[in-house]
Amino acid sequence: MAQKAVINRPGKRRVFGVYFRNNWQLYLLLMIPVIFVIIFKYAAYPGLRIAFMNYKPAKGFDGSPWVGWQTFEKIFRDKDFHRALRNSLAFNFLDLAIGFPVPIILALLLNELRFPRYKKISQTVLYLPHFLSWVIIASVALNLFKPETGLINILMKNAGWIEEGIPFLTEKWHWAVTYLLLGVWQNMGWGSIIYLAAITGIDAELYEAATIDGAGRWRKIWSVTLPCIRGTMVTLLIMNLGRVMGSNFERLDAFGNVQVKEFQYQLAIYIYEKGLAGANFSRATAVGLFQSLTGLLLVLGSDWVSKKLGEDGLL
Amino acid sequence: MQNTSKLVQEKKPSLWKGINRVRVSDFVIALVILLLSLTCILPFIHVAAKSISSNTAVLSKAVYLWPKDINLDAYASIFKDGQLTYSMGYTVLVTVLFTLIGMIVTICAAYPLSIKGLKGRSFFSFFLMFTMYFSAGLIPEYLLMSSLGLLNTMWVLVLPLAFSPYNMLIMRSFLVSTIPESLYEAAKLDGASHFQTLFKIVLPLSKPIIATLSLFYAVGRWNAYADAKYYITTKALQPLQYLLSNMVLSSGSDAISLSENAAVVSTPEVLQAATIMFATLPIIMVYPFVQKYFVKGAMIGAVKG
Repeated sequence: MAQKAVINRPGKRRVFGVYFRNNWQLYLLLMIPVIFVIIFKYAAYPGLRIAFMNYKPAKGFDGSPWVGWQTFEKIFRDKDFHRALRNSLAFNFLDLAIGFPVPIILALLLNELRFPRYKKISQTVLYLPHFLSWVIIASVALNLFKPETGLINILMKNAGWIEEGIPFLTEKWHWAVTYLLLGVWQNMGWGSIIYLAAITGIDAELYEAATIDGAGRWRKIWSVTLPCIRGTMVTLLIMNLGRVMGSNFERLDAFGNVQVKEFQYQLAIYIYEKGLAGANFSRATAVGLFQSLTGLLLVLGSDWVSKKLGEDGLL
Repeated sequence: MQNTSKLVQEKKPSLWKGINRVRVSDFVIALVILLLSLTCILPFIHVAAKSISSNTAVLSKAVYLWPKDINLDAYASIFKDGQLTYSMGYTVLVTVLFTLIGMIVTICAAYPLSIKGLKGRSFFSFFLMFTMYFSAGLIPEYLLMSSLGLLNTMWVLVLPLAFSPYNMLIMRSFLVSTIPESLYEAAKLDGASHFQTLFKIVLPLSKPIIATLSLFYAVGRWNAYADAKYYITTKALQPLQYLLSNMVLSSGSDAISLSENAAVVSTPEVLQAATIMFATLPIIMVYPFVQKYFVKGAMIGAVKG
């Protein structure tokens, strides 16, 4: 064994030398993104130690004392953190519960649509909200939903359905519904693309066979289309489950106002307000670390589950 | 024989019934799609109509989908004030730089990683992708930007997000699936270096994906404003979306209004509608022409390699 290794080593080294001489250009190219992520991403990781320090910006890293897990103990007793965590989880699960089936239903409807030109135009229109920023969506929403001047409220008042304008964006429960529905609305068209692609891949013979067996339209959807896109559905569901700890700062920020703070206060807002606005760096970093770690675990977990179920992994 | 004819006879009525049912359900489906599509258009038509209506018409709540007493006063104030037009130009500059740098870095990552025999391929993939799954979080990143001297500069909007691992994945799967290995081997036999292969073979063949990803980068940059909110306090360096958020959504200390500088001829309602349209129109005008590239990208992303 030892002899063999000795014989092998110089040969291997020479082979590697030849390999590198032939391929150094590839590694040179790779260095550009590698250096890029080191400077702009990896270099931020050492900053995570703030979570274990009582960090004071004026004193810097060297002057601030280490405090161990103290900051974490503090945040787990912090009422604001509880509220932010509860809101994040609740809204992300609701987002998933409503937002997951809608693109599937939309894809099925689009697939059943008989008029190709109409289908194309409506697809173009339905994808549009995905390309607009949350600021624009929230600004337009204001024009629709303000109690006094919003179009929806004006129309409903004119129709005599309501006396007072409904506070769609300024009362927390109304806000929750509006916020969630607008999220679903923004993503439904774009989310349907992936399912339409999967549906396109279904073997036409399956439909012919079903037709011969006397299956009608709904029966074909139920017994052919849905089973055939099951894989895509499972993968996307698991992928989205992996994201329930995440949060979209811009969406929350754009729809935020004082009256709905109770529900709008989610982890991203907590971190921003405690950290950047409140200069409580250690606490915000600790919550950020908590969010990143649980997020990573969830993604790894969902990847594992997905592979166990025989679907493609995510990683 | 007998059996078959019996079958056909049995089928006929059900087939007819089927066609009738299809007609009704076709109509229902088309209607549902129509309603959904309208929710994506009508809100914008309403805001557009408001933005070119007179103050009195808007105040008396008489503007629905069609403008009343058409005038362009609000837009005139926007151009006179100049904040938004300046910000638009600045945001275009940031977006172009961001897209250029992002594409260069993405190609530099995707091409080597698409080559099957590359030693360390999975290590480098993991190294580049890891940041997508585990981020350091806001405060460490803020301190990093601060120590890089990027706070309150244009570059903080251009550099940190310019490399997207997700877009790199899409490009890599495109290269793996569209460029056959035999092509690389032929280039190698002809004595082409990897650089030559990249410029003479890979790039010309990846024009569609380059178009798609450039659009992904550009739209992403155009729409994002969280990083501007975190890292930039200088008003002149804030991108259009952030300015819009301060003008329309904010009522706090950072609220900005046009009317301080502009000759006030429009009510806030009309002026706000015009501001929203000013920021939305560029996207809506380009969108129909580029959306097919996006759809392609979304499909490749879905089939990720």
